[in-house]
Amino acid sequence: MEQHANGAIVSIRGLKKSFGRQLVFDSLDLDIMHGETLVVIGRSGCGKSVLLKHITGLLKPDAGEITFEGEDITRFTRKKLYQMRLHFGMLFQSSALFDSMTVGENVALPLRKHSDMSDEEIAKVVTEKLELVGLTGVQKQYPSEMSGGMKKRIGLARAVAMNPQMVLYDEPTTGLDPIMADVINELIRTLQRELAVTSVVVTHDIRSAYHVGDRIAMLYEGKIIHLGTPEEVRRTDDPVLRQFIEGKAQGPIKPI
Amino acid sequence: MTPFVVLGKFFLDFIHDTGGVFLLMWRTFQTLPRTFANARSTLQQMDRIGIGSIPLVLVTSLFVGAVTSVQAAYQFHGYVPLQYLGTVVGKSVTLELGPVLTALVVGGRVSASIAAELGTMKVTEQIDAMEMIAIDPVEYLVLPRVVASTIMLPVLTIFSDFLAILGGMVVANISLHVSFNTFESGLKLLFHTQDLIGGLMKTFVFGFIIALMGCYHGFETRGGAEGVGIATMKAVVTSCLLILVSNYLLASIIFRIIFAPSS
Repeated sequence: MEQHANGAIVSIRGLKKSFGRQLVFDSLDLDIMHGETLVVIGRSGCGKSVLLKHITGLLKPDAGEITFEGEDITRFTRKKLYQMRLHFGMLFQSSALFDSMTVGENVALPLRKHSDMSDEEIAKVVTEKLELVGLTGVQKQYPSEMSGGMKKRIGLARAVAMNPQMVLYDEPTTGLDPIMADVINELIRTLQRELAVTSVVVTHDIRSAYHVGDRIAMLYEGKIIHLGTPEEVRRTDDPVLRQFIEGKAQGPIKPI
Repeated sequence: MTPFVVLGKFFLDFIHDTGGVFLLMWRTFQTLPRTFANARSTLQQMDRIGIGSIPLVLVTSLFVGAVTSVQAAYQFHGYVPLQYLGTVVGKSVTLELGPVLTALVVGGRVSASIAAELGTMKVTEQIDAMEMIAIDPVEYLVLPRVVASTIMLPVLTIFSDFLAILGGMVVANISLHVSFNTFESGLKLLFHTQDLIGGLMKTFVFGFIIALMGCYHGFETRGGAEGVGIATMKAVVTSCLLILVSNYLLASIIFRIIFAPSS
């Protein structure tokens, strides 16, 4: 893939993390290339969301290095982390909209805090970002009045409000009906085309992974056990990956 | 689990929480210069914590004053003339009952509400979302609540002191046949401004404890609805215990060192 020549935007080396006695990452290595959409697949609870939290500095590793554009973020001060996060947008599994604020205020919040735009300019950007995710005239409504799919889209509008370099998606299609899931998948592709962002999508929805991913990484037992294009994943003869993509109870992965 | 494990877990949790509370306190102090930048939400919190607690403080104080009057009269019976009723009501209310009972009832209401609100935000990933849009949750959520509570608790206590004395006075007049004038002269007899000020000084610390406990346990919430319930309970229990313990320490410092009686 030609983007690979640009090098990695995020690079993870020897990442180790455990919660109590539970080992989540065991010397995990992963590179995320400029402009690509990398999908991380794996079973529920295998640490996919924890991986996103490490990339964004929300969690600190026990050992290992995570670099963003060459700088080790595990050594960042809080201030530097906040500066870095201005280049990140994140769509949370539960959308994580602020329920005390209207939809418009949710999308406007990053702009209000971190830009010197006037109220009119902010309103314009909010309308534009909401249109980008296919929503109009919802600014005055509250998140509690919205359906799951709409919340995800608003969360996405908020994530891209600051025109980030990188967008992270935590289970973007989980809990949505198949049609809405496809709408979100299309949106991920559209955003990638229109905003030229690097995306990391964490999911266990294999259809979605094939649809949006340039590369797919399989996380299993604390390591990335496979990394390749969707085509390579489809043709794989790795028994663990095969079991996962075919969704079978029998195989090396034990259902717990 | 063996008793040894239970004891060990208790101590580990205690050390974890103590460290966590001090860290949050330190981070809150660091954000203090940003108070004016968050003036709007601080004012909102002052309204919720302060104005919102008025009905509760009103009822509590009136009845506390009333019962103090009745109990004092019962104990005076046959030994002390009732003209000193105002003195004892005034002293006990300004020194202890006003500050401590206001702190306990407001503490229950406010620390529970803060812990439930922030706990729900935590479990629905709203706190992480805030971090992700580079907004410091300590500055945006903790600072306004801590500042508002620290300012409003003394204000509520002044209100409570006044109402409790009023309650005592009314009961003394109606059921104990002590006239307003007699009660008032008793009140003035041994009234020292430093009693009132000493009592109010304690409430700044109580207000701080209430909001800090609510915020700390809110941020520490794990899991779902059950986690929010546990966090709320912990916030109320720890804020009430810390109010009672710190009350003793503060009373010792204020009335034995700062306002030490001249011998």
